[in-house]
Amino acid sequence: MTSANRVTLKGTSVVIEGNDIDTDRIVPARFLKEITFENMGNYLFYDVRFNEDHTQKSHPLNDPKNQKATIMIVGKNFGCGSSREHAAQAILRFGIQTIIGESFGEIFAGNCKSVGIPVLTATPETLASLKKTLEENPSTSVTIDLVDKTAVLENHSFPISIVEAWRQAFLNGSWNALSILKANTDKIRALDASLPYKF
Amino acid sequence: MSKNTLYDKVWDLHKVATLPTGQDQLFIGLHLIHEVTTPQAFASLKEAGVPVLLPKRTFATIDHIIPTQNQQRPYQDPQAELMATTLEDNVKKFGIQFFDTTTQRQGIVHVIGPELGITRPGMTIACGDSHTSTHGAFGSLAFGIGTTEVGLILETQTLPLSRLKVRRITVNGTLQKGVYAKDVILKIIQVLGVKGGIGYAYEFAGSVFENMTMEERMTVCNMSIEGGARIGYVNPDETTFTYLKDREFTPKGHAFEDAKIYWKSIASDNDAVYDDVVTIDGNTIQPMVTWGVTPGQSASVTDLIPSPESLPEDARKNAEEAYAYMKLKPGMSMQDIPINVAFVGSCTNSRISDLREAAKILKNHKVHPNVKMLIVPGSQPIKKQAEAEGLDQIFKAAGAEWRDAGCSMCLAMNPDKLIGDEICASSSNRNFMGRQGSPTGRTLLMSPAMAAAAAIAGHVTDVRTYL
Repeated sequence: MTSANRVTLKGTSVVIEGNDIDTDRIVPARFLKEITFENMGNYLFYDVRFNEDHTQKSHPLNDPKNQKATIMIVGKNFGCGSSREHAAQAILRFGIQTIIGESFGEIFAGNCKSVGIPVLTATPETLASLKKTLEENPSTSVTIDLVDKTAVLENHSFPISIVEAWRQAFLNGSWNALSILKANTDKIRALDASLPYKF
Repeated sequence: MSKNTLYDKVWDLHKVATLPTGQDQLFIGLHLIHEVTTPQAFASLKEAGVPVLLPKRTFATIDHIIPTQNQQRPYQDPQAELMATTLEDNVKKFGIQFFDTTTQRQGIVHVIGPELGITRPGMTIACGDSHTSTHGAFGSLAFGIGTTEVGLILETQTLPLSRLKVRRITVNGTLQKGVYAKDVILKIIQVLGVKGGIGYAYEFAGSVFENMTMEERMTVCNMSIEGGARIGYVNPDETTFTYLKDREFTPKGHAFEDAKIYWKSIASDNDAVYDDVVTIDGNTIQPMVTWGVTPGQSASVTDLIPSPESLPEDARKNAEEAYAYMKLKPGMSMQDIPINVAFVGSCTNSRISDLREAAKILKNHKVHPNVKMLIVPGSQPIKKQAEAEGLDQIFKAAGAEWRDAGCSMCLAMNPDKLIGDEICASSSNRNFMGRQGSPTGRTLLMSPAMAAAAAIAGHVTDVRTYL
């Protein structure tokens, strides 16, 4: 199985303010009772976007001007908590292609990588100045370049970071790791046989 | 970079190869699965027409969606029923051992692994559940994964991973009476923060951990992830070996002695090198309760809800949000927080020792008339054991509901849920907004004994007055 490479990503952005936004908030547990990920995009941030009678609350993702956003800008420790891949799937299926933040819950970040979303980090200063530039030009398109690790908008260039192994995987299209893992099946079987514990 | 720690040794033993990306391909010696995070992974295997590579290294249970009252099939919730039948079909098709309710071994995945002796020292353990860190109590590298990774393990028994740094957290001294493992981990998270563990595996050490039972160590390791650390572990010792001896899946006789040699060999060396070291005084830890919407927003039961000014600047905005959601005011005494529900259960605190502690408090008392209390054992064997000891009679006499094994109200993917903005004294692990099933429901995390005391008082109270 192959996965398409990700070298540059271009699009408009949406800012989700706040720190420690957990995966229960990204997709509440009651929506995890489905056996496919198909509908997850509908449940993204459900309880902060909708009232219990399903009417909309004020939220950046309900704002018509953000409906086509492909870049999500977040704060610290975004995606902490539960391992539910449904959170990454919901973000992907909503149409988001990449997330930039100060830090991420590690299982969530891994899940984003698994589904093909590069998770990018930036310093608080860079994020603040990126957000300020976006406030002044909300409809401006941002270009994420994974080769030189920058986010470019208007004539500003902002430095971003990404786990180097993941950057390589996105650049060469191997972020779906199945085939590279499978290539070592003989070694896997040998290790299985040599481990000091079995079942 | 860490050297000669348990983390380094176990990692090296399980490394299959270095991948072209620079990551390591790590063999996963034990894979645990449940109904919620696996159906899409199995669907991919079916679509590709491939088998599970090493089915004996995967074990299944059902815990998240199972009702804790009336477990008759079909379940009343058709979505829950579909999740259950999907898992049943998958384990059958792929040849995986499944501890369903008919086996009398069913329970929460992080409770039954250790209970059956499946979880042992020196393993790599993964499960599509963030509280997999629980199994680190045995000196294993155990961590939560997503569904795509579940699929990778099913097909290859390996994952592409980068090494973490290792932080040794030493808790010295002796815990006061009325202070439990839950208070220790809530204190650690309060000190290091909910994101302090990002990029780290936590090694828990010091006299407090040396003196803990395995069940207490599990409670601490369980919540490593709430401190941002995907992995938390305790080096194996005689307490570990004694716990494991004679369990169903533990090697027997000579094989047990051989296993012990391996288990001892993977403990961190005395001269091990750590990336970071933290020391906490165990003597001064008080019973802890959360007041906010992250497990780090906590205070001692004798304290006041902190004012924003007393918090670090970057924590203030979150605190304001938390007060508003929790409908609590800074400066209020923790013990003035009223409760409507008390919950003892979850992969953090549903083991027999947790139930015994709750029973000690509830004995000869009544649950407050304004409070509904649920006590949910972590597994079928725990339920049986509790009943053999008469704990169920104590719970029922106090007016608490005694349920069947499952995740229950910890995340409310089953009929056990908060209603409206009910506030729950909970022995579970997460106080996130909406966590217990109502979008406006409120959670106060605490030890099982503290939850029992709160159930009697009708508000948060210091369990030490009941001892």
